[in-house]
Amino acid sequence: MDLIIQGFAWIFTPAHWTTTVFGTGILDALTQHLILTGISLFFTILIAIPIGFYIGHTGRGRGIAIILSNVARALPTLGLLSVLILFIPDVAGIPSNYIPNIVVFVLLGIPALLAGAYAGLESVDRQTIDAARAVGMTEWQILQKVEIPLGAALIVGGLRATSLQLVSTVTISSLLGQVSLGSFISNGVATNDYPQMMAGAILVAALALIIDGLLAVVQRFVVPRGVSRGANDRRNTTARGRKAAAATQGTPITEGI
Amino acid sequence: MIEFKSVSKLYPDGTRAVDDFSVIIPSRKTTVFVGSSGCGKTTLLRMINRMVDPTSGTIEIDSRDIAQTEPVRLRRSIGYVMQNSGLLPHRKVIDNVATVLLLTKVPKAEAYERALTLLDTVGLDRVLANRYPGELSGGQQQRVGVARGLAADPNILLMDEPFGAVDPIVRTELQAETMRLQRELDKTIVFVTHDIDEAFLLGDQVIILEKGARIAQKGTPEEILARPASDFVASFIGAERGKRRLTVSSGVQANGDDLVLVDAGGYAAGVIAAPDGKLATGNASPKSRSVSNKTSQAGDA
Repeated sequence: MDLIIQGFAWIFTPAHWTTTVFGTGILDALTQHLILTGISLFFTILIAIPIGFYIGHTGRGRGIAIILSNVARALPTLGLLSVLILFIPDVAGIPSNYIPNIVVFVLLGIPALLAGAYAGLESVDRQTIDAARAVGMTEWQILQKVEIPLGAALIVGGLRATSLQLVSTVTISSLLGQVSLGSFISNGVATNDYPQMMAGAILVAALALIIDGLLAVVQRFVVPRGVSRGANDRRNTTARGRKAAAATQGTPITEGI
Repeated sequence: MIEFKSVSKLYPDGTRAVDDFSVIIPSRKTTVFVGSSGCGKTTLLRMINRMVDPTSGTIEIDSRDIAQTEPVRLRRSIGYVMQNSGLLPHRKVIDNVATVLLLTKVPKAEAYERALTLLDTVGLDRVLANRYPGELSGGQQQRVGVARGLAADPNILLMDEPFGAVDPIVRTELQAETMRLQRELDKTIVFVTHDIDEAFLLGDQVIILEKGARIAQKGTPEEILARPASDFVASFIGAERGKRRLTVSSGVQANGDDLVLVDAGGYAAGVIAAPDGKLATGNASPKSRSVSNKTSQAGDA
């Protein structure tokens, strides 16, 4: 208990926000942490969302995606990071070790977002999609106007899981020299400065909670009206998320098979 | 006019959903495909708007092979009404009805105006326009589905068991509405159902299908009732069970000179009215739905 209080005390020491014994203040570390998380998230989205939408819309490639996701999940992040730092050379203009860090975090972030993206699309009632196609929507319009809005809750759910994972795992980058909120933890360990170490842990946890909370709010608001407004639960607005998640899953409609 | 020319559909797993099917569907009439589940009737229907492409054979609309028309364009020009309405749950009723118009770049104000008119057409109150489908009853949703199907003013309306999921009272209502719409709007309607009574009620031409979409019999309801082509047809329309073979009951006397009819099982089936004390005979042919009573403007289905 004492240690936690000391951790908070360390955080609320104004001087620590701008500079510490090691030169890096909390603000600086926080900024670096967020930048690294942001860039990793950007590339994760860039890769996982199109692939996830492709799988969810066409139903193809699901098996291989699951296998690759599981492999990616099983990768030891720190080990991979150490190896990549040895093998990926620095590129002029990009801070040292940035590329290996981002590669590792993107690999870490993809599975959850990918799963959210295709599960979101797959959760949309097959009859609704069939009807959209039958009235003359192009495949692109079906994706845009039907599947994404109706699957939004699960897609944002995937984004939320990925963000949470990234923002907490970026911490480890400090073990190999990158400045992040993890720097306080590794510095604390190195110098037996437990309050500082605790402070780092608290900061990371708080940041993760804030980001998760924000995305939880977003997730609530992306559920389209109408989906939550079943004839029988017009008053029950809290049923939103549950209703969306329970959207029927079905097989393509065929007859005569 | 829609014409199927030896159309077959073979699925990769070897099932022959449709086997060498040829038929002509006349313009401005209601043609009903009826058969039990898995007979391929829905497949036939979905071939007309290229939701399913035949493995062999051609389908022509007004003598033009639909395989030459891009599916999306074709679908926008053909109304489609499905079971469970298939409305987009996240869009208001008005947006659902206007879907096709908005897809074809009709200005928004105009599309909405037309959508409101369509709500009148299908007998829905305009106040429902701003509701979401989930807030409507099954029957109302189905009406919205019909309005959406009519939005682009298509010549052809495909209806895939549209009333299968509503209760009998609402179904009767919707069937009557469909007949009214057909009379007023003069569309070519292709209707799929497994309910023979519905088929006889709505169809100018009824096509009874066996497995593989083989035509068991084709004709007006009267023709089929009068001369079932096979035992299959007889049993399908219920003639075999005696449900449609009615005799005058000798037991009970109805009001005045009316006569009670019973089916072969002895169950009361209806009453023949006897105006002026005489039995109505002869010209009491079902409904006059002979081909000649509507101007048969062929060629522009």
